[in-house]
Amino acid sequence: MANSLGYEFKKGLWQELPPFRLVLGLCPTLAVTNSAVNGLAMGLATIFVLFTSNILISLVRKTISAQVRIPAYVVIIATLVTVADLFLAAVFPDISKSLGPYIPLIVVNCIILGRAEAFAQKNSILPTAADTLGIGIGFIISLTIMGTIREVLGFGSIFGVKLLGEWFEPWIVMILPAGAFLVFGGLVALVNWISSRKAEKAASAAMSR
Amino acid sequence: MNNIVKMFLNLIVIGALSGIILSGVFGVADPMIKANKERELKEAIFVVLPGAKDFKVLEKTVGQEKLIVYKGIDENGAPVGVAFKADGGGFQGNIGLMVGLETNYLKLRAIEVLEQLETPGLGDRIREEAFKDQFKGLEVKPKVEYIKYRKPEKPNQIQAITGATISSDAVVKNINRAVEKVVANFPQEEMTRAEAAPQAAPKEAGNGK
Repeated sequence: MANSLGYEFKKGLWQELPPFRLVLGLCPTLAVTNSAVNGLAMGLATIFVLFTSNILISLVRKTISAQVRIPAYVVIIATLVTVADLFLAAVFPDISKSLGPYIPLIVVNCIILGRAEAFAQKNSILPTAADTLGIGIGFIISLTIMGTIREVLGFGSIFGVKLLGEWFEPWIVMILPAGAFLVFGGLVALVNWISSRKAEKAASAAMSR
Repeated sequence: MNNIVKMFLNLIVIGALSGIILSGVFGVADPMIKANKERELKEAIFVVLPGAKDFKVLEKTVGQEKLIVYKGIDENGAPVGVAFKADGGGFQGNIGLMVGLETNYLKLRAIEVLEQLETPGLGDRIREEAFKDQFKGLEVKPKVEYIKYRKPEKPNQIQAITGATISSDAVVKNINRAVEKVVANFPQEEMTRAEAAPQAAPKEAGNGK
């Protein structure tokens, strides 16, 4: 592939930042980000599955025939998710408890299958690793930011630490599903606004030259 | 190679490999998960029966159902209370409680939440000490009740969590249902009868780290 590894990594952090630019994986984004720590934990579990499954898919990309690639990828992803789920339940029962049913749901997180289809099946291991790490870290950052905003407004705390005093009346709606959509919409708007300003600046710089 | 044969082979090999991996991981993780659950259950018994040094498991089969109670005893074998699980539907899923009852079947000693899937920030506040502490010394006759927005007036009342009436109601209903079953099926003499003093070191010291 023509692009450098650095580019493949960096694009996940802004240019294709999930879930605001690459609008995939909305189910976990909306469902678990009611606190910063849940968002972070979900991001970490997702990057594990994203990275390992796409490396595997990149390895076997030439032996799998195109007609059965989707079921094959789904089996690989589901296996890894189950491994992650069992591992968390066995070693970190508390985290496993608080994430509840969301870990098994990583199977249907479109980011993972999306990256497999769009990238891993066409690229060798190194670019795939760079791509999934970038996308995965972007996803962790996004989920943590969303969780932080919702936790501050909905509980008045960050990572469980009380931030705002007694005067603060928590906006319960922020913790509920409706709050997820509000914050998500706001952040998509913000990201789009920043990039359109960037594009304008670049255009006017090109004009004045 | 014939493409159809290749497709079959692809899926068979991937399916078989993932089966092998999963059975291996499950073999390692399952005993650990069971041990975690067991430890949680034991810890919960000692939480809801303060003063207990050991417990005896009593079982009874009523119709299709198997009733299990844990009779807590102190270091001399004198009964300190009886603990049992109380499960039932909450707002989003099962709420599993451990309930500690005095041996005279009149008052609760304490409750602990073992599992719940309630709304974070609302229903899941049933896990908070402030809510659970209300059940300490609460009268279970004629039955446990809840009231909203006000401090409880009667010795069998608790105050429901504001914005989470359904979860509070579910907790109260689970307790009433379980208490009723235990009272109906385990004669009080069985609970007040002294047991042999626990031998050697108290059990929970070894489990609780």
